[in-house]
Amino acid sequence: MAGGGAVLASVSPGWAALVSSGMTAPIPELGGEDIALRIARQTVTVDGRAMPAIGINGNVPAPLLRLREGQRVRLHVRNELDEETSLHWHGLILPTQMDGVPGVSFPGIKPHSDFTYDFPIVQAGTYWYHSHSGFQELMGLYGPIVIAPAAEDPIKADREHVIMLSDHSRIDPHAVYAKLKQEPGYFNRQHQTLAGLIAGRDQPLSERLRWAGMRMDPTDISDVTGSVFTYVVNGHGPEENWTALFRPGERVRLRFINAAGMTIFNVRIPGLRLTMVHADGQAIRPIEVDEFQFGPGETYDVIVTPVEDRAFTIVGEAIDRSGMARATLAPRPGMSAPIPPLRARPLATMRDMGMDMSGMSHGGGDMGNMAGMDMGHMDHGSASPPAEAPMASMKMRDQRNAPAVTLGPGVQTIAPMPVDRTGEPGQGLGDASHKVLTYRDLVSPEPNPDVRAPARAIEVHLTGNMERYMWSIDGRTMAEAHDPILMRAGERVRVTLINDTMMTHPIHLHGHLFELVTGHGDHAPRKHTVNVAPGGKVSFDVTALPGDWAFHCHMFFHMAAGMMRIVQVRPMAGEVA
Amino acid sequence: MRAILLLATAALATGPLAAQSMAGMQMPGMAMPASPAKPHAATPLKKKAASARKPVAAPPHRHQAHDAMGGMDMAAPQPSPGADSAPADQAMPGMTMPGAQAAQPGHDMQHDMAAMPGMAPSPAAAGTDLPPGDAPPPPVRHDRSADAFYGAPAMAEAEARMMGAHGGSTYHQILFNLAEYQAQRGRNAYRWSGEAWIGGDLDRLVVKSEGEGAFGRSVESADVQALYSRAIDPYWNLQAGLRQAFLPGPNRPYAVLAIEGLAPYWVETEASLFLSSKGDLLARAEAYHDQRITEQLVLQPRAELNFAAQTVRANRIGAGLSDAELGLRLRYEFAREFAPYVGLSWERRVGRTARLERDAGEKAGGIRFVTGLRFWF
Repeated sequence: MAGGGAVLASVSPGWAALVSSGMTAPIPELGGEDIALRIARQTVTVDGRAMPAIGINGNVPAPLLRLREGQRVRLHVRNELDEETSLHWHGLILPTQMDGVPGVSFPGIKPHSDFTYDFPIVQAGTYWYHSHSGFQELMGLYGPIVIAPAAEDPIKADREHVIMLSDHSRIDPHAVYAKLKQEPGYFNRQHQTLAGLIAGRDQPLSERLRWAGMRMDPTDISDVTGSVFTYVVNGHGPEENWTALFRPGERVRLRFINAAGMTIFNVRIPGLRLTMVHADGQAIRPIEVDEFQFGPGETYDVIVTPVEDRAFTIVGEAIDRSGMARATLAPRPGMSAPIPPLRARPLATMRDMGMDMSGMSHGGGDMGNMAGMDMGHMDHGSASPPAEAPMASMKMRDQRNAPAVTLGPGVQTIAPMPVDRTGEPGQGLGDASHKVLTYRDLVSPEPNPDVRAPARAIEVHLTGNMERYMWSIDGRTMAEAHDPILMRAGERVRVTLINDTMMTHPIHLHGHLFELVTGHGDHAPRKHTVNVAPGGKVSFDVTALPGDWAFHCHMFFHMAAGMMRIVQVRPMAGEVA
Repeated sequence: MRAILLLATAALATGPLAAQSMAGMQMPGMAMPASPAKPHAATPLKKKAASARKPVAAPPHRHQAHDAMGGMDMAAPQPSPGADSAPADQAMPGMTMPGAQAAQPGHDMQHDMAAMPGMAPSPAAAGTDLPPGDAPPPPVRHDRSADAFYGAPAMAEAEARMMGAHGGSTYHQILFNLAEYQAQRGRNAYRWSGEAWIGGDLDRLVVKSEGEGAFGRSVESADVQALYSRAIDPYWNLQAGLRQAFLPGPNRPYAVLAIEGLAPYWVETEASLFLSSKGDLLARAEAYHDQRITEQLVLQPRAELNFAAQTVRANRIGAGLSDAELGLRLRYEFAREFAPYVGLSWERRVGRTARLERDAGEKAGGIRFVTGLRFWF
């Protein structure tokens, strides 16, 4: 374990070599109060294929930063690239000028120059860091952060492993993005076909015609798929079989981090129940599940207790089932367990378009749907829309359903009836035969630090046009929208994210932890990144901290296309309001 | 039932921390604060899973909130909390058991009822259960917090670059939908139809070209258009610019107004008006659809119609529908960008145009076997 004074030494990347029998080398670690990080181009070999990458101190993923709550850290970054770079500390509460977003929190780190980040560590848990410049993150410029609590860790484990899932593109990410702009369905190799219709697969003809009439593709689950991505665990492809060791009977803490550029993963370990103990670095009341879905930017800490002396496969299945990240949990190196086949890819439904009227009569999980409805007009027993409900129109694109949205060419649809889907397990997992985590399962064991009622509410629409590959917020891209989302320092605000598109968007607010509004009162789960299901909506309460904060979709191509805003919180410390 | 419920919740009044002190629980890695284990804590995990009720896990005020909504007619089946489980079993608020969740679709209701904005919150509601107020937003401030640390000039420049990198980029594509050899009873001909564009999401410069000819002879007919293209809605672009046509007879420039886009049922559609420097008005409509037979095999029916508002004798164009072209091409996408195809193309000069062609010694049309390459980059 490299730590403290030894941090300047670059750790040998010998673990990057292909070892077919499985490799157990963990991500190299750095720690202490002064940490030197050298960003440079390099090559990585994933499943025997050499790919250009950007790493830190010769490592892809970047070294694990092991810190302790209450310490101060100075991160001395040397940019050896011929382009600007940056490092953002994802999920950390820190001064705005240390947040690491070029053009928002600092000017960026110029080519062949240095920058020192210097901030106190005020929290504990599993986090990560990554470049916020261009598509460097997709080239491997990401790494885990593990912060030990100042006091004894209430979560006991005999050992722990970081399980960092990501997606490495076999072609340059800029080329991937350009192809999406040229042909948005380019990487989808699971379209509905005539052959499928004849074979009785997928939608029946009448449904296909209905969807074609709407110019909507129900197979559009992921923009970028296994056709160009190799899904990796700690930088290793499925064939390399990265292996986490355990002794039978041990409590093993797995720190799952979704560091993918574009991929939502369904995670499970066949044969083991997963006890979820942390979400986004924050403690939750332990809950046992068989599977969870998480989006880029999210983290979950999981306890497993394998008692058998055998191997288990850690499966990170891409949401569109076009590939999987695979690792192994084994008592000894060189072992492997059966790899479950990819399950059938899901098809989007009318519910994903925010047009599912039958959602009104669903069970308790849907009651939260009514957050925006006028309860005075609700008829709970009926599936018919309330006569005088504010949602006047069931059209696919009606300005009245989102008055604040700029209804330009970049907005394909406005969900006529977005519903709270936080009680659902995530796209494609609704019919799973085992327990899948939902956001409503998350409950904070401690009372929330700020339990005031929000002073006001803000609605933010996630908008897009899959035919043009345009993504935006409230119908405007970051390039078009110079108007930030305004908050007062210390103000409690309820933000409701409404997903008008047919894709899940992991939305990340920098520099804050917010409380999800999922019916848990003052024990709401605290997160920094939240998946908003297609046709769905999610509310969170946040206490604004001074500064300018990036607020965006963590699908990097969606962010690059413009699905981003600045949250401007004033006054700054010492400033008069 | 309610009494039992309140009893159970009262047992939780010690707070969530105490609630976690389930010494007998097999929660690996969980720190179990030292507190006397309740006798029932030794019950096997499975049974607890089945009987744990999430609502009970909530602080007492939730139930009050729920009670306040007693008049609501809940559509979902609603298990009566506490009715089938002893109060003792319910004293496990920290443990949310997945098995219980999956089995009880309606059990979340009590939580959500309290969370419903617009409902009068119970006086005991707290945190995220409280409805938001209607305070005004703060005034707009045109400043950057980072200016104070890094200086306004550096931040202004960085901000401009950041804006441009998030929605302001430029892209391009060159696509030849048709690039083919045509065989028709001893006549070897070629045909192309392609488009190139460069620009952002909304504004683009578009160059289009199509034409045909026979090998060994000069190009029969061709045109090149240079257009400014503006996205006007999610699917359609309005285009305007110039066209240079190379037709039999004298060549003239035309002004072009066109609409291009994706029609319902995934039909790529284009309609253009051409006004010549002499005042002649021509029109063209084109449509095609890509039907995937398999992921790589694509059948493309295509139609093109040309119209004229008047007869342009010099270019052998007759008034009305002047010619029609119907094609059916089957391509195999080795890559999306590279797809050889075979197909049939039926072309026909119509009406007065056909007569003008025949007068010039040309055929009025016919069916052709085609083979070519659809490609883009």
